[in-house]
Amino acid sequence: MTDATLSFEEAMEKYDPVLGFEVHVELNTKTKMFSSAPNVFGDEPNTNVNEVDLGMPGVLPVVNRTAIESSIKIGLALNCKIAETCRFARKNYFYPDTPKNFQTSQYDEPIAYDGYLDIELSDGTVFRVEIERAHMEEDAGKLTHMGGAAGRIQGADYSLVDYNRSGVPLVEIVTKPIEGAGSRAPELAKAYVAAVREIVKNLGVSDAKMERGNVRCDANVSLRPHGRERFGIRSETKNVNSLRAVEHAVRYEIQRHAAVLDSGEPVIQETRHWHEDTRSTTSGRPKSDADDYRYFPEPDLVPIVASREWVEELRATLPEPPAARRKRLQADWGYSDLEFRDVVNAGVMDEIEETIAAGATATVARKWWMGEIVGRAKNADVDPGQLGVAPATIVELNKMVEDGKINNKMATEVLDGVLAGEGTPAEIVEKRGLAVVSDDGPLLEAIDAALAAQPGVVDKIRGGKIQAIGAIVGGVMKATRGQADAGRVRELILERLGVEG
Amino acid sequence: MTENNELIRSSAATLAGKLAAREVTAVEVTQAHLDRIAAVDGKVHAFLHVNTDEALAVAAEVDAIRAAGGAAAEELHALAGVPIAVKDLIVTVGQPTTAGSKILEGWHSPYDATVVQRLRAAKMPILGKTNLDEFAMGSSTEHSAYGPTHNPWDLDRIPGGSGGGSAAAVAAFEAPLALGTDTGGSIRQPGAVTGTVGVKPTYGGVSRYGAIAMASSLDQIGPVSRTVLDSALLHQVIGGHDPFDSTSLPDPLEDLVAAASIGNVRGMKIGIIKELHGEGYQAGVENRFNESLELLKEAGAEIVEVSCPNFKYALGAYYLIMPSEASSNLAKFDGVRFGLRVLPEDGPMTIERVMGATRAAGFGDEVKRRIILGTYALSAGYYDAYYGSAQKVRTLIQRDFDAAFAKADVLISPTAPTTAFKLGEKLNDPLAMYLNDVATIPANMAGVPGLSLPGGLADEDGLPVGVQLLAPARQDARLYRVGAVLESLLEAQWGGPLLDKAPSLTAPSLNDSSSAATSAAGAALSHGGSH
Amino acid sequence: MAAINRDDVAHLARLAHIEMSAEELDRMAGELAVIVDSVKSVSEAAGDDVPATSHPIPLTNVFREDVVGHTFTAEQALSGAPDAYEGRFKVPAILDEG
Repeated sequence: MTDATLSFEEAMEKYDPVLGFEVHVELNTKTKMFSSAPNVFGDEPNTNVNEVDLGMPGVLPVVNRTAIESSIKIGLALNCKIAETCRFARKNYFYPDTPKNFQTSQYDEPIAYDGYLDIELSDGTVFRVEIERAHMEEDAGKLTHMGGAAGRIQGADYSLVDYNRSGVPLVEIVTKPIEGAGSRAPELAKAYVAAVREIVKNLGVSDAKMERGNVRCDANVSLRPHGRERFGIRSETKNVNSLRAVEHAVRYEIQRHAAVLDSGEPVIQETRHWHEDTRSTTSGRPKSDADDYRYFPEPDLVPIVASREWVEELRATLPEPPAARRKRLQADWGYSDLEFRDVVNAGVMDEIEETIAAGATATVARKWWMGEIVGRAKNADVDPGQLGVAPATIVELNKMVEDGKINNKMATEVLDGVLAGEGTPAEIVEKRGLAVVSDDGPLLEAIDAALAAQPGVVDKIRGGKIQAIGAIVGGVMKATRGQADAGRVRELILERLGVEG
Repeated sequence: MTENNELIRSSAATLAGKLAAREVTAVEVTQAHLDRIAAVDGKVHAFLHVNTDEALAVAAEVDAIRAAGGAAAEELHALAGVPIAVKDLIVTVGQPTTAGSKILEGWHSPYDATVVQRLRAAKMPILGKTNLDEFAMGSSTEHSAYGPTHNPWDLDRIPGGSGGGSAAAVAAFEAPLALGTDTGGSIRQPGAVTGTVGVKPTYGGVSRYGAIAMASSLDQIGPVSRTVLDSALLHQVIGGHDPFDSTSLPDPLEDLVAAASIGNVRGMKIGIIKELHGEGYQAGVENRFNESLELLKEAGAEIVEVSCPNFKYALGAYYLIMPSEASSNLAKFDGVRFGLRVLPEDGPMTIERVMGATRAAGFGDEVKRRIILGTYALSAGYYDAYYGSAQKVRTLIQRDFDAAFAKADVLISPTAPTTAFKLGEKLNDPLAMYLNDVATIPANMAGVPGLSLPGGLADEDGLPVGVQLLAPARQDARLYRVGAVLESLLEAQWGGPLLDKAPSLTAPSLNDSSSAATSAAGAALSHGGSH
Repeated sequence: MAAINRDDVAHLARLAHIEMSAEELDRMAGELAVIVDSVKSVSEAAGDDVPATSHPIPLTNVFREDVVGHTFTAEQALSGAPDAYEGRFKVPAILDEG
């Protein structure tokens, strides 16, 4: 089952990768692409549907105006041309998640085409990715495979279909072949998808949560020997649903292709499925209909004419582009170039912005995200934003430290508790008994005990050797298991002994 | 019984008048038609489902409102209480919708078609659902999975199709009005062969929402009736913009009833389409057609000849576009969400095989033929030559119409090349069957409206002949104006409605002989009836 | 244009998800050959300069405002389903692997 791979370095020595991406963006319209049923994630199965979404006999589609406007905005943000007129088409194939057994999509007339996106890599170099097209289509329902292992389609006895997602508006963004990335290919892949995600989120047209499938990436990879112009045969890895996975999947496919080519076999043009657990791909389901979708213009819908006035009206509503936003945020936060690039590369710019908005200073937000959370995310192998730390948690933790309720060491312990699902910071402090001891009563008891235990030291202090106090403080800290405030302990000892500090 | 007979033979307009004047109650009118259905539908088989309880309840509601008087009574629609039959291609809450197919046997729609909502808003009792060729694919109703409908003029003959059930129901006085759908002539051709009136409105003039699609760019719902005025009345109930149908015209509805009441055609130019008569048309059809022309001329219309040279490609282009769209529209019938599911008899039990077995068992031969043909026409490598070329022919046909309507206000032709043929006669010859629609298809290809009205009886067989009127898109009113005039001129000649000459279906001698013959034909054709 | 043969029909039937017996394929191939032959002239009727008409009455920009309308309950959605389980439509396995 496991495919042979070459090391990435060896693959790069021998071959030149060519990439291509199809990124599906789910729009966050209130209703679906062609029906007035709500576009809502995660409700009871088959309740966000009406007859249209179920493909009942006799139904007809009607286009959501907001979805069209969102699509035009995406096209504009990707520096695309907006088609003066375009149409929907039917893509015919039978699959139980597709209620009409055709998908209403755009075929030869996408709403946006010929664009580009400049991607900044971690070292600051800018790589231009050409956009072939951005077209509109509808999402399918959700299949759950039952009876087999771990919900996989392989070995399943039967499947259950929920059509809540059926008809959710999608924009599919397709790149032209991306050449010349070389060994930066995996990094570029991640950076490109991150940039698209950032753009649609910034436009407010998508919730852009990869973990919810709002942004889904199909990554095409092919290799060719260095110096050859003709592209190799490509594989298409489906539904790579986190930024890290995009990077890993591209890297894996490069290594796999290289091994196939090295063995003298041809690469098979096929769909691959990414598996996060094994960090590898497997051959996708055979699609017998794949070669003949019998596209034809959707007769139940009429053409869309995007007048130049309409396009300019929409252009005027576009928010600040992400690159400009980055410049502004860096200035606002007062980060150095290096600090800011680290933040961007770690993928926590949005998180820091949200944390600042929740009440933290720029320095505190950066300290927590870069100092604590990014490392933990790396260990857990997830994107930092997906680790489960809410901005409010950071604000709360920081306040506890500032108020002297806990110290920094305890705060990181509390953060681990939050991530382990033990509750809010306050609850964890309570549960673990972590509070810095500030009630002098128990502290005085511990001090008296320490003084009684070390009469020689007491004499030294009384005799003016104040520095000897460390032994008593150490005894108190030991007795309180480090929870006492050492400064306060010192004060109290001096007070007890009637010595000026 | 005499009174009932009078009720069932009344036009919708007459019934509306009597109801408004409270000379009869809606329950009496509805019951009279239900009684008629009970008496004759065993022979005609126009209905797949009879909606007795709901129809009577709606009628009673109308009567109660009228009896109470006041604003609610004032606001009642003119056709409130006038019953209607609905082609079983149109979805209805509370009654099964089968599309004449086994694949939907027993299925109940959870929603109403827009036209049905409008019937309900007008408080027209729905008598039931009428028979049709499976998914409206046919010209004879012989492709219904529930057995054929019989022509009330001769029970051995076809009532036309696909809307043979609606036409026969109206011709047999089982309903004063019915809804049909017309993709290539399915309202007009049954109208012609049953001596009734049928109208295909301008494409987009009546919402398609809830009509089970055959060919989306050709389908249109329209009225079926015994008089031109009745069709105008019904057209006004169902017509007008619907936001649930993207192809619905935004135009306000014209006053079609007023058009049907103008009463003259003086100075109008009426164009004979050179390509749609003469060779290939039955002599009796041609004779009655010429008589209609004479009558219109005498009434002051100017008869001109127009040529539509590209009409010769219309049938071929239609048999590419229609199956292409149908192959896609019918993909949803797969045994997953609704309707029949059939498991494969052997081999692996995958969803793909269940879909294949379901569609094999659920669809009849004609439906399969068209799906395969459409799949072929859309498939890689053939699209341009087939579907693409056919869409270009559509442009040519539209241009022919444009040129013709530059010379004439309305066009005229026979509706169908022949009178009703015998059940079973063309069943094994799909091409011969397709030729029945040669005169009606061009209107669907171009989206223009068409009306068929009775033109008399053919000399050689004594069966009804239809005359078709065509108008430019959005000019449906012209059809009603000319149609109503021609109808009154013809009826003056006949001394009454043509249907007065139709055999009484309750006379025992006629029925005995014909039902024996038809049941033999029916047994060969049907896979078992739903009655 | 190529004539349509039995293998073509078998391929088309697979695309259309309609199981057909050997006898049915033979019959269908014969009938379709006649029909395809009769529609052949269509491809020669119009030149390259003739635009295609996909909609009989041209309309553009027919939109719906983004306002939530009616929905079904799961019970209504599943009311006509051949098979259902826990609020969802139930279908046999997708892959043939047992």
